[in-house]
Parts: sequence; structure tokens; C-alpha cells
Amino acid sequence: MTYASPFYDKDHEEFRAQARRFVEKEISPNIEAWETAGSIPRELHQKAAEAGMLQVGFPERCGGIEVPDLFYGVVLTEELARSGSGGVIAGLMSHGIALPPICHVGSPELQARYARPVLEGRKIAALAITEPGGGSDVANLKTRAERDGDHYVVNGSKTFITSGMRADYLTCAVRTGGAGMGGVSLVVIEGDTPGLSRTPLDKMGWRCSDTATLYFDNCRVPVANLVGRENQGFMAIMLNFNQERIMLAAQAYAFAKVCYDEAMDYARSRETFGKALIRNQVIRHKLVDMRMRLEAVKANLDLVTWRVSNRQIPIAEVCMLKNFACTSLEWIANEAMQVFGGAGYLRGAKVERIYRETKVLTIGGGSLEIMKDLAAKQLGM
Amino acid sequence: MKALVSVKRAVDYNVRIQVKPDGSGVVTEGVKHSMNPFDEIAMEEAVRLKEKGKITEIIAITVGGAKNEETLRSALAFGADRAIHIKEEGEIQPLTAAKALAAAFKKEGAQVFFAGKQAIDDDANQTGQMVASLLDLPQATFASKVELDGNKATVTREVDAGLETLEVDLPAVITADLRLNEPRYLKLPDIMKAKKKPIDVQSFSSLGVTPGAGLKTTKTSAPPKRSKGIVVKTVDELVAALKGKGLL
Repeated sequence: MTYASPFYDKDHEEFRAQARRFVEKEISPNIEAWETAGSIPRELHQKAAEAGMLQVGFPERCGGIEVPDLFYGVVLTEELARSGSGGVIAGLMSHGIALPPICHVGSPELQARYARPVLEGRKIAALAITEPGGGSDVANLKTRAERDGDHYVVNGSKTFITSGMRADYLTCAVRTGGAGMGGVSLVVIEGDTPGLSRTPLDKMGWRCSDTATLYFDNCRVPVANLVGRENQGFMAIMLNFNQERIMLAAQAYAFAKVCYDEAMDYARSRETFGKALIRNQVIRHKLVDMRMRLEAVKANLDLVTWRVSNRQIPIAEVCMLKNFACTSLEWIANEAMQVFGGAGYLRGAKVERIYRETKVLTIGGGSLEIMKDLAAKQLGM
Repeated sequence: MKALVSVKRAVDYNVRIQVKPDGSGVVTEGVKHSMNPFDEIAMEEAVRLKEKGKITEIIAITVGGAKNEETLRSALAFGADRAIHIKEEGEIQPLTAAKALAAAFKKEGAQVFFAGKQAIDDDANQTGQMVASLLDLPQATFASKVELDGNKATVTREVDAGLETLEVDLPAVITADLRLNEPRYLKLPDIMKAKKKPIDVQSFSSLGVTPGAGLKTTKTSAPPKRSKGIVVKTVDELVAALKGKGLL
């Protein structure tokens, strides 16, 4: 579906061609092995950095590649999704949520020490917000960081942390002050800090992305690792969520498109009752219904991406976009499975994996219900 | 040392080629085009040789319509310093293109003419050879390894019997085979920078080339459709089926 668009120009398409080649060569052939291994190799981060993929959208001063809009991120997500694995995106791009606070409000020292090596593909970064006691309720998180001289002493735990097992650097939300949102700070905790332990979590999907519960037991973290100002972390986290949600919507769209393309190919090649599956009206109608939702999601995605690229902060629209894209993916993946029949139920089929990975998108980065509540508040209800 | 690298705009290798219903050719309207993959390899080699200090300037060159500018921009993103666009719309005869490339090579006083061994659209495998012949230059085609040293190039070619090594005096024509290198990924900053690099527009007449008659395509047809396969249950059945076809 390449077409002239008000949002994508030749540069986007040239970048898309490069990303596509990278995914076809370095990612797609290895998905099954990585899914079985339960993680992606560090080498992939290096290769992605060498190919100029990891750095897109980050400031040059941090070693990033600055781009004029968020559509480059959408293009990259779309191309990564063609591998048919959400785990690869989650694992390879976990810095996409871990680094923005460092790059936007972190000190030059933090940027040089933590952002640059990650964008060079030498280190892995993860964002640690969610706790066993609550996820989206950031204002009430419990992990404490007590000041002790030049250090914070961190105690508590984090869970559902993407790249949590492999991460060298954790951008971690902690309570440095009193109750509520005004007591939350972000600090970078190094992976080898004494007192930090990690437990792997086994998941329904995203199997090649490592996920962890982290425990902090009197971890001493230099005060210099504070990202931005003390007790001012809440806003940085909220702004970070906005971009994460757009990229999750882009992911949902991209996987829905893979489902549609796969179903179309299969319907054309599969023969039943002496004719191609697609020669049945019921199947063609199914495909049109899938495409109709796909088109609507894409229109919504591009428009919100344009607004955010133009410095607007349409929080309600971002929430609704995420919900619309993710629930559309659920519907489209379900239909694709139905077109595939038994073949779609077998491990190894792209639609089988995507079907298993629809749920993580309606939960992660703010669940459907949280998104609706936030949208309602923003819309003044 | 100046190198001229010829890059051709061709239908992208991922595109499923369709023959026009009237048999006059293949569908190219609204179809994704990109740089001929063998030319990408030639381009990559030139850039690597420049990075090694063997080449001082890379000039990308193409023959064709306005849309070929995209191909030149890709070449500039690869690392070409500047580009020459021999702008001619419509069908171009291979010999005319070779004459124009040869004229530009001469005009630039370049030492190496790089190109892919063939383009994936018509697979003619002749441009490099014709340029060499027109300029009476040595040629080393199907290169799998290239070394430049002073006024000589040492080129390894993969031939049926193994590897053949040629030593040619410069200036010379070198065409790239598949395994010469693995072209790099173009990074966004390089794609952006490429937009500011100069493209010199030329034409057949400005280069003193008169288009001549040459090849005429009489008919294009799709290859025969693959007939339906059969599923065999045992090795014996497979052997019997192969024997039946006279393949064993």
C-alpha cells in the first residue's frame, strides 16, 4: 500500500527501503530461533545502530539522528512489524521509552554516559515504572529513594519490565519525596548495582523479548543519576507515555496490516472445494472488512502523528487512537486466523503469533480502561 | 583518482513483474523502482575505495528521464561527491547509452569506470563492455574483488574453474558481481545530505552523441505458468515419478 500521501515524502520512503532490507536480512530469518531462546542477541542492537535504525528521533547531542517528524518512527515500526514479531520491536526498541527522559531533561553527563552507548548499540536500556502494586497509577508508586550523602538508597520492586533481564541501564521511577505525583523522580540505575536482582517472566507472546521483575535492596545510586529535577519526574513520565502510545498504535496498525496481507496471500493460494479461497464471496467480504478498519486506523494514526509532530499535545486523541488501533488489531487478527483456518493455529504462522500478541497491546502502555478514563478526563467529562 | 559510477534506475527486485496485455513490454507505470542492485554493489565498492584513500572523487552518472534523479540521490547518499544526469526521456538504446557514458567518462578524465555487471531489468550485461570498447580501455568484468594500486587495478573474477585474477592498467572499466561486497544501509543523515550535493544535467547532444537505431523489441511474453505439483507419499513413489519424467 504505497501511495502518494500528505504525510510521507521521498525521504520517508528511502528510509523505509533501508529499514525493510535490514529487517529482511537481519531479523526475519532469525525470529523462530529468538522466540525459542527467549531473547534477542546483543549483536542485533549493534547491527541496528550501524544501519542507523536505533537512533532515529533522538537528538544529535545524544548520538541520535534528528528527524523532522514522528512519521519516521511510524515507518520504522511498520517495517520492523513485517517480521511478524512484536517481541523484536519491544526488545530492540526498549530504549525508545527508556531514553527520551534522559535526552530531554537529563544532564549532558547523563546523556553522554547512558544515552550515547545505547544509541551506538553497545548497551541496552529499559524503562522501569510499573510496580507489583500498580502500573498506570504512577502518582502512587512505592519504590523509595532515600537521600544519603551523594547517593540515593533505593528500595522496592518493579515488574513487567521490557528488556529488564538484559538492560545495562534502567530509567527508573522512584519516590524521592512525599505522597502523590509531586514526590516522584526518575533516576538511572546501572544493571550491575549491588542489591539489584532480577527474575525473568514467562509470557503468552512477545517471547523473544525478555521481561523481568526487578528487586532493589538498598541499591546505592549516585545523586548525579537523577534525570531532570528531584520530585519533577511525573511530568516527564506522562510526556513519555504520549509518544509510547502513538508508537504502540503504530505497532497495532502495522501488525494488523501484516495480518491482512497474510490473509490475502493465503486466500489467493489456498484451494478449497476446487477453487481458491478468495473466490468465495464470504472471504472477500471478510478481507474488505479487515481493510476498511485498517484504512480507518491508518487515517487516525497519521493525523494524530501529524498533530504531535506539529507540537500539539492531543492527549485524549492519543488515548483513543491507541484503543482504536489495538482493538482493531484484535478484530483483524481474529479474522485473519479465521481465513487461515487450521493453518493459522499452527506455531510458526505469523498470524498465530500476532494473534497471541494482540493482548499485550491493549494492556501495555496503559490499558484500554485506563486510556478511556484518561480520555474522558481530558474531554472534560 | 576520479571514479565514474554508472547507476541505472530499474524496477525494484521485490516487484512481481507483469507483462503488458499487448505484449509490448512489462508494466513500469506506478511500479516501484530503485537502483539496480549490481550498481549498488559498484557504488559501494567505489565508496570503500574512497574510504581507503584510493579514490579521491566519486561521480555517479545515469542515463534516463527525470525520475532517474531519485537514483542519483541514492548514489549521493551512498557517498558519491556529485552526479551527472544525462537526461533523456523515452526508450534509450543500449549503445547510445554506452556512447553517452563513454563521452562523459572522457570529458571527466576519470580513471575508473564502475558499473554493475548487468541491470536486473533486461539482464543485457553489455554496458561496461561497450564503454570499454568505445574508449579502447581494458576491462575487468564480474569483479568479486578489486584492488587499486597506483595506475593498476587487480581484479578477481569468479569463473567456472575457480578464481581468475586480472591486472589492468588504468584507466579501465570494472563491473561488479554479486559477491564483491554487501552494500551498506543508507542512513537518514546521508539521505538528507545527498539533497544538497550537485547534479550536473547533460544530454546526448551536449555530449556529442547522436542516438542511433538499434534493438527493437518485437514481443514480450510471460514465462509459462508453473503447472500444479503432485504430492508423493513415499520415496518409491518419488523415484517412480522422477523416472516417469525421464529425470532419473
